[in-house]
Amino acid sequence: MTQGVGTALPKRTIGLDKLGVVIALILAAAWLLLPFADFKPNRILPGEPRSIFSALPPIYAAILAVGLGLSIFASLIRTSAIPRLLLGFIGVVALVLAIGVAGHYLTPEGDNLARIAPGAGFWVLVGAYALLAADSLTRLRLGPWPRLAILALVVVGICALLWSGAWDELSILKEYASRHEAFWREGQIHILLAFGSLIVACIVGIPLGIACYRSKRLRTIVLNVLNAVQTIPSIALFGLLIAPLGALAAAMPGLAAIGVSGIGVAPAMLALFLYSLLPLVANTVVGLLGVPEDANDAAMGMGMTDGQRLVAVELPLAFPVILTGIRIVLVQNIGIATIAALIGGGGFGVFVFQGIGQTAMDLVLLGAVPTVGLAFVSAVILDAFVEMTSPREAAND
Amino acid sequence: MIEIAEISKTYGNSAVVDRVTMKVEPHTITVIVGTSGSGKTTLLRMINRLVEPSSGTIRIDGEDTRTVPAYELRRRMGYAIQGHGLFPHRTVGQNIGTVPKLLGWDKALIARRVDELLELFQLDPGEYRDRMPSELSGGQQQRIGVARALAAEPNILLMDEPFGALDPIIRAQAQQNLLDIQKRFGTTIVLVTHDMEEAIHLGDRIAVMDDGQLLQYAAPEEIIARPATDFIDELIGTGERPFRLLSLASIRAAVEPGEADGASISADATLRDAFAELLWSGRTALPVEDRGKRIGRVTLAELKRRAARPR
Repeated sequence: MTQGVGTALPKRTIGLDKLGVVIALILAAAWLLLPFADFKPNRILPGEPRSIFSALPPIYAAILAVGLGLSIFASLIRTSAIPRLLLGFIGVVALVLAIGVAGHYLTPEGDNLARIAPGAGFWVLVGAYALLAADSLTRLRLGPWPRLAILALVVVGICALLWSGAWDELSILKEYASRHEAFWREGQIHILLAFGSLIVACIVGIPLGIACYRSKRLRTIVLNVLNAVQTIPSIALFGLLIAPLGALAAAMPGLAAIGVSGIGVAPAMLALFLYSLLPLVANTVVGLLGVPEDANDAAMGMGMTDGQRLVAVELPLAFPVILTGIRIVLVQNIGIATIAALIGGGGFGVFVFQGIGQTAMDLVLLGAVPTVGLAFVSAVILDAFVEMTSPREAAND
Repeated sequence: MIEIAEISKTYGNSAVVDRVTMKVEPHTITVIVGTSGSGKTTLLRMINRLVEPSSGTIRIDGEDTRTVPAYELRRRMGYAIQGHGLFPHRTVGQNIGTVPKLLGWDKALIARRVDELLELFQLDPGEYRDRMPSELSGGQQQRIGVARALAAEPNILLMDEPFGALDPIIRAQAQQNLLDIQKRFGTTIVLVTHDMEEAIHLGDRIAVMDDGQLLQYAAPEEIIARPATDFIDELIGTGERPFRLLSLASIRAAVEPGEADGASISADATLRDAFAELLWSGRTALPVEDRGKRIGRVTLAELKRRAARPR
């Protein structure tokens, strides 16, 4: 800062990017202070930390170190969104490939018990680059279709990575290898629980929302009850349903025959359904209340019956808000469905709770990572749908 | 003909509309004018049963409106409101085609009718048919609102402050447009407004309402000349009375034989225009021409006589 004049023209000089400074600090700290990978003699022993230089062959380590150094410097400087997006993207890809190499490099020849897990440093580095990419994506203000395209690209990339075998020596995939049948079975149950309860909740919740919109008294009662349900902690609700459903199944053998019982899928489904109702009913009511009074008045004045008005005017105009409710419910259900494993309902939660029981963190991740991924993908897709169906003025702003 | 007999609307103990009786002649424009809270909108909305009357009857061409289902009744009448009430999620064409579609018209017929109406309202069908309402200006949205109300060729058109949201210049155009369309199709129009100037300009007859009561129902000349109450007098504006009277008639009605100097004025202009021109040019008489031919003159003395309170 020897030039006083230069500081008077901040737009033209090289400036610091505020978020970039934070990201650079995170990158530096994760690189220097946290282990890149953990080496475990077997799956339940705590890991020994390995730095980048001890986890990778020297050539790879050197390339990664140079790349890290350059990107710390690059992220500091204010640039336009696209170079930052590329930097973040390349960073994530390089790290993901490097950790796969570390898996092969660190595993002793012929040792089936040793486990190589991504270390805290790896996760933080990936997080920092992902943040850089996400921030530049936000700045680009992409429309719904490009966002979906990017999502598809990322999903295809992850599938290709897993299929190529690059990660096969990593702990989480070793856990997968020994239970891939259970993984897909529980995955199906997880999706069935989350989407099944959502579909049932839509079938019940949207008409209930319409009824609540028409009758103010019903609205007060229903929303209060659903609010109360929402405040019950999920573990408690799963537990609370064991007794009544068990009794119901005992009293009515017909129900028991189709799978209703105190534990298992039935109470899990019912609990998820109950949690889904509030967002759906509330958003349906809010969406319908938001329909412009003018449009409703004109529709009535032109001779639409109540049913025609509902289908032709009210529901289409309320749809983006109802869809937002569906998005909330789906993401919420994918998360809560994990707990269904506690009452024998199955789903990815099975691996989480088994892993906690065995202190095998890799097994916990085998349940947690796909759950998070599923929720993330659902959120991006539904957000894009919400934007596509929203009125044009809102999208142009 | 719309016959309104002893119609009332009460909420609890208060009567929003209190035993109103009036007849709307076919092929005329009737303007209901009043301040906010006067019950004028409620009265209008009882005609198509958007508000169900508490007592009294409304007959249209002799038929009691309660004998047909409300939605069917409404499909027979056009309905246009302030702020247009266009459906924001439907194109201009779909908006205009709403009632024909409800009536089950053939698709091709609806499309033809939509284009016809767009042309009538000076909007190019090719350019505007597939636009969304949010892509139009306020004046265009208002025109589409009226076009939509006229789509199924109704005999009766109900309008609730249709020009309320427009700026003065666009409003004057929209009013002229409405007068032209009324003349062309002979539609019976009932229009609600709070603006006495608009009422005098548009109405063949004016119904003045206050506090749920129909105070006076008469031709504009009559209302200006002999207001039934002080309130109506106030609505007209005492300082405006002679000018409003002059603005009602065209020069043609006051032409007398004779010569005058200077530029001539069209026989179709209003007497008010003639008066303004006389004062501005400092003359006592103007030559009047009709289709380029002099037909006589209009004098200051005649205007003075016509602007005086009728006896």
